[in-house]
Amino acid sequence: MANPDVTFVAKSFMEHLPVYQVLVPFVSAPLCVLFGNRQFAWYLTFLACFISFIVSILLLNQVAEFGTISYALGGWPPPIGIEYRIDFLNAFLLVLVSGMALLTSVYLKGTIDLEVERSNQTLFLTCLLLCVSGLLGVLITGDAFNLFVFLEISSLSTYVLVAQGANKDRRALTASFDYLIMGTIGATFFVIGLGFLYAATGTLNMYDIAGRIQGDLPDRTIQVAFAFILVGLGLKGALFPLHTWLPKAYSFSPTPAAIFLASTATKVAIYAIVRFLFSVFFSHPTMLETVLVNVVMPLGILAMFVAGGIAFYQRDLKRMLAFSSVSQIGYILVGVSFMSSKGLTAAIIHLFNHGITKGLLFMCAGVIFLRYKASFYKEMSGLGRIMPWTSAAFLIGGLSLIGIPGTAGFISKWILVQAALEQGSWLIALAILLSSLIAVLYVWQVTEIMYFGDSSKKGFEISVGPFSYITIWILAVATIFFGLSTSFTLEYSSEAARVLLNEFSLTD
Amino acid sequence: MVLILLTYAAILVPLLGFGLNYLFSPNPNLRDVSTLIVACITFLLVILITFYNGSNSTELPALFTVMDGLDVRFHLEPLGLVFALIASGLWILTHIYGVGYMRANSEKNQTRFFAFFCLAISATLGIAFSANLFSLFIFYEMLTLSTFPLVAHKGTSDAIRGSRIYLGILISTSVVFFLSGIIWVFTTVGTLDFRLGGIIHSYFGDFSTILLLMLFAFGVGKAALFPFHSWLPSAMVAPTPVSALLHAVAVVKAGVFSILKIGVYIFGIDHLATTEASNWLIWLAAFTILFASTVAISKDNLKARLAYSTVSQLSYIILGLALATAIGALGAALHIVMHAFGKITLFMTAGSIYVATKKTEISDMVGLGRIMPITFFAFFVGSLSIIGIPLLGGAWSKWYLLEGAVDADLLLIIIVLLISSLMNVYYLLSVIGRGFFLKNGGGDDKSKVVIKEAPILCLIPPIATAAGSILLFFFAGRIINYLSPVFNYTGV
Repeated sequence: MANPDVTFVAKSFMEHLPVYQVLVPFVSAPLCVLFGNRQFAWYLTFLACFISFIVSILLLNQVAEFGTISYALGGWPPPIGIEYRIDFLNAFLLVLVSGMALLTSVYLKGTIDLEVERSNQTLFLTCLLLCVSGLLGVLITGDAFNLFVFLEISSLSTYVLVAQGANKDRRALTASFDYLIMGTIGATFFVIGLGFLYAATGTLNMYDIAGRIQGDLPDRTIQVAFAFILVGLGLKGALFPLHTWLPKAYSFSPTPAAIFLASTATKVAIYAIVRFLFSVFFSHPTMLETVLVNVVMPLGILAMFVAGGIAFYQRDLKRMLAFSSVSQIGYILVGVSFMSSKGLTAAIIHLFNHGITKGLLFMCAGVIFLRYKASFYKEMSGLGRIMPWTSAAFLIGGLSLIGIPGTAGFISKWILVQAALEQGSWLIALAILLSSLIAVLYVWQVTEIMYFGDSSKKGFEISVGPFSYITIWILAVATIFFGLSTSFTLEYSSEAARVLLNEFSLTD
Repeated sequence: MVLILLTYAAILVPLLGFGLNYLFSPNPNLRDVSTLIVACITFLLVILITFYNGSNSTELPALFTVMDGLDVRFHLEPLGLVFALIASGLWILTHIYGVGYMRANSEKNQTRFFAFFCLAISATLGIAFSANLFSLFIFYEMLTLSTFPLVAHKGTSDAIRGSRIYLGILISTSVVFFLSGIIWVFTTVGTLDFRLGGIIHSYFGDFSTILLLMLFAFGVGKAALFPFHSWLPSAMVAPTPVSALLHAVAVVKAGVFSILKIGVYIFGIDHLATTEASNWLIWLAAFTILFASTVAISKDNLKARLAYSTVSQLSYIILGLALATAIGALGAALHIVMHAFGKITLFMTAGSIYVATKKTEISDMVGLGRIMPITFFAFFVGSLSIIGIPLLGGAWSKWYLLEGAVDADLLLIIIVLLISSLMNVYYLLSVIGRGFFLKNGGGDDKSKVVIKEAPILCLIPPIATAAGSILLFFFAGRIINYLSPVFNYTGV
């Protein structure tokens, strides 16, 4: 016999899941500061991330069972109050972001003492929690202005996270400043775009906006709003050539921050782009098509090649990974620009697969960096013998970047090429495959140094806790698992693509 | 059920060998004996599979499904089983030889070497048993990656450069051509299964069949078709056991085997014949044969000469398929077997010469035949088989290939095959000639000849494979009978 009180609590918990998703990490952040104890702060961070991971899985289940969830914040019905709206797309990405947050929080237990001064650790964790809640908020909200607020919460805390790298390398400060400038410009553009939209429609709820801008031709206001929003979010999402802040920010920030940012931050910005494209502006397909085919797709292809080429010429592991991220974002954009169900599926599944792959690679790079106090290739020669497990995990991540069968990266590439062939775009399919050869080049360069360089440099004896290695291997196994079994990733990403295009095709 | 278990075991046991190598690495004797046992068990498993399966075509249930229509699945059929038998059988001999070779040269990193050898064999068996293009592709890439440490084994800048070319060509061709071909078939046909008679005939017209064949012929870089052949000579920086088993048998044969399998089970011989899609391939293969033989003649380094000879012989197999006649394809399949035994003998003897005398250049081998008579005799037998002299296995495959060319009414191809045989005679037998008949400089060296063979472990395996070449001449009929259902071949 279930106690009625318990069932009531459970039921109301289930009803209010959407708000817990954001609120748990958000409330934990000030609690960390209040208690001011770094041990306590870690436990709280871990707990908050853990709860929000569980919540995200429950949400995904609810969406799978009952379809799109609409949650009115504070009981105010949507057009007036803020609406949280969860469909397959954001439910899927909520799992990615909260899952990576959880893994990062475990990982940093092993490395934080080596990277962040003790007096700053509590604040570091606070910022991480704020960043997590900001990104989760961007994903979950259905309100355009609310999205802006959450985007800024995550960005502002990210600037602090990046600047914490100054403890190791003063250049982190300029990296953070660069990011601050670029991020603020992006945010400004975005909010200007929102202003235009508000002027045109008088509402800020995304689905309400979508309903009101339907009509024959988009007027100038809407076109301008679209352009501002795309550029603003493009800056946050490091769309080539708006990526210049990214390599510095990733390579100078402390490892846990780099891991979390690389695997989630740009992904969330791209999510926001996709959301605006297909849930807000879908009623003007010609405008979308013009921009996607003439601007986004060429830039995506350019990113694959140019950023990949730059990655090849890097001599620093973290920078190489950062440029590789820019090039991988290119794949996602190309997938989006097909405007087909296969293409969107490829883009969404790559958001996920690349998220875990890059997380894995940055985790390995972090441990390597701490051992050698630098991540230059020349320091890492012979690493395969000195750190066999970490090198092996890095190799798995590298193979996934290339897209070798049996790894998660292969699945994304396969679907993306399929999408290209479905459109009859032979050249693009060829470009995708050719660009993965560039990934072979930059990954293999590192592998060779690791396994065939002489192992004269032993690095510094450091004590990275077991937690870090455990998370590395969780992600390494996940990278292989999602390369062999796609029932989870493919099902949800194709559902997400279907839901997105559903609205789109109605107006077609 | 028995077959399922046996098949999985055959692929898993070499993987186990990978682990055992690292487990026993402190004790080299234990390590090498355990790998030998693993090799024997693997061979036994493949024999058992062949015995249970006969010449049926048995589809096993999917091992796991990656996405709709894409699963890793195994499929037992004569062509794959013959390939698996050769690869696993010759592995035993090569392992024995490898132990002798690596120890005599006191090579470093022996554990890594033998461990990755196991991995490569596992991948090879995976290729042999694959039931669809997707599984084939997975194991194909696994084979490429697992052989990289073997090629780069010495770690010198030469080895690194060679292995880069090796990996670069194999990965790029497979990713750009092979993969796009596979995805093209998948999006058009909706399945990637190997089926007798092919799966594409009602979907692909004349022109797109030609394009698709190009993607596969160039995409399977391991088949070393011109202009993507240069990885094979580069791979010769590897220690000789690798060249012997992998670059005369497992890797290159995995390449031509894949092409043959794709030709028979994806395109279908009949479809190739009616669309004439493979005509261009006949001429490209013929060109590769002559071109590589010419280069082989110009090489003084014995392993380089053998490598180019392999390139040329691989194109015999491609040619056999491209003829698009049942008998030509049968000759191609037969040539996989015959060439394997001949070429592994040649490589092993080349390695033995290196172990005993540290000589690699043919011009330095003057008079060596009298010092190492057994080794040179084995080399002689292997050469005769490659040339295709009767009483040796190689005669049969050449016979069927010629017959295939006659069937296809291609006089010029017959001439190409004959010229190439003459070139084989020249570049292989000239080594024997120098070894046995030329005298080393002036002076009275009659009494100085002291027989100094390579260590026993490096001597027995080439003798065994040379003997195998002779036996194959007499047992070729069995192999032909076993393979004929695949090609719908009903006898002359």
